[in-house]
Amino acid sequence: MSYGGGELLSDISLTLSPGSFHFLTGPSGAGKTTFLKLCYGALLPTAGHVRMFGADVRDMSRDDVALARRRIGVVHQDVQFLDHLPVADNVALPLIVSGRDRTDESENLSELLNWVGLSKRAGALPAELSGGERQRAALARAVIMSPEVILADEPTGNIDWEMSQRLLQLLVELNRMGKTIMIATHDMNLIRAAKSQVQARVLRISQRRLHTAGADL
Amino acid sequence: MTPDLTRITAFLAGDVQADRLVPPTGFTARLTVFVAAAMAFLTVFALALSLATGRLADRWSDELARASTLRISAPMDQREAQTTAALRLLETTPGVASARALSDEEQRALLEPWFGPDLPVESLPIPQLIEVIEDETGYDAAGLRLRLSAEVPGAVLDDHTRWRRPLVMAADRLRLLGWLSIALIGAATAAMITLAAQAALAANAQVIAVLRLVGARDAYIAQAFVRRFTLRALGGAAAGTVLGMIAVLILPSAQAEAGFLTGLGFQGWHWIWPLVIPPLGAAVAFAATRHAAQRTLRELS
Repeated sequence: MSYGGGELLSDISLTLSPGSFHFLTGPSGAGKTTFLKLCYGALLPTAGHVRMFGADVRDMSRDDVALARRRIGVVHQDVQFLDHLPVADNVALPLIVSGRDRTDESENLSELLNWVGLSKRAGALPAELSGGERQRAALARAVIMSPEVILADEPTGNIDWEMSQRLLQLLVELNRMGKTIMIATHDMNLIRAAKSQVQARVLRISQRRLHTAGADL
Repeated sequence: MTPDLTRITAFLAGDVQADRLVPPTGFTARLTVFVAAAMAFLTVFALALSLATGRLADRWSDELARASTLRISAPMDQREAQTTAALRLLETTPGVASARALSDEEQRALLEPWFGPDLPVESLPIPQLIEVIEDETGYDAAGLRLRLSAEVPGAVLDDHTRWRRPLVMAADRLRLLGWLSIALIGAATAAMITLAAQAALAANAQVIAVLRLVGARDAYIAQAFVRRFTLRALGGAAAGTVLGMIAVLILPSAQAEAGFLTGLGFQGWHWIWPLVIPPLGAAVAFAATRHAAQRTLRELS
């Protein structure tokens, strides 16, 4: 995989098995975000193959990618919302765009908002949320379709330790429900905190290679 | 592609949830409505021009082709005899439905604009005019002239083709220009709405990125924009068409002897034509926005 002229990632071979919990770590600029973008079809590899749910992304139409993304929840570090709609609508966005009737899911929605602790903020606009609230809203939006995979890119980058732990707690709970989780982070404390609760594997990108880090972290 | 009525009504009714996904943009919205209205207004006039010149060309080529004039210029004492001879000859000419000599009163009426009402027509050596009406097949003008020159030396046949042809050609050309104008107005509308749609798509890049991320298909995203622009164009074009029709309606009405300019307007069922403009404008906006949206979306990940 090359990006911006130079080769960024090479000789990477990895299969995410269902229900696994992975951390992706490495120095800034190593290609963590690029790797995640490859995983949800936002970038195409310049060489090699990326398969989403068994289908090569190169053979997938734009609609195929859109449908696959309904099975993948993505949380970005600088998460973007539709700024003119309240939080509840933003969280329900995947339901709306996939043509599901929102009224059928209103119970799910309020339950989900309660789970991420945003029930009281449901009517607020995204611009009025704090960093931690934005991250939790993003997580709620990522899981409302009950996706099989959740990809989180520095989900705790902008929030304090207490909020990070809370977010991690939510991700661990999702993993226990059978979701495949991949978190890109360079926060070692977060990884250590996770290891005490869940069987997590740590992947490290350095020198354009993907390494499996030992259990000693 | 056959227009599916249920799909069209579903498109017009829209998806309330989908509509809210794209934030309302006041300025481009107003511009689109204005462009559609102005273009519809112009189209009404181009249409009126095309239809009026079309009528004119038809009338000139149709009615005038049926009538021709025979002029008997002869000394007063021979005029009567030559007129009778000419009438007899015309009666036996195939293709002539009727022929009749104009009365003194009719001739006086024809000359009145130039010489006043008190002209003593009887005593003046003015030529006798014979009005010839053709039947469906028409007559052979060259053959008739030949026979006339042999039997009625003072007769001159004017079958109007000499001055009718360039007029009909001019009217036809005007009609063509009218239709060309309508085509150009349509193309200009498409161009402007494409620009407006592209501006809207660019302004909403974040919205589109978020929608793609959560699994919206291109068709769904495009629809939100396409529907908005189509409805704006439909509304604007409807307003422009109504204003244009009112403007045509209050044009001074044509008088009997007036030229074609005052005859500009719609007659009878032709008033239905301008009603085609709003849906046509909406269709142009639909196609232009759809094309712009699909092209923009293809470039995104």
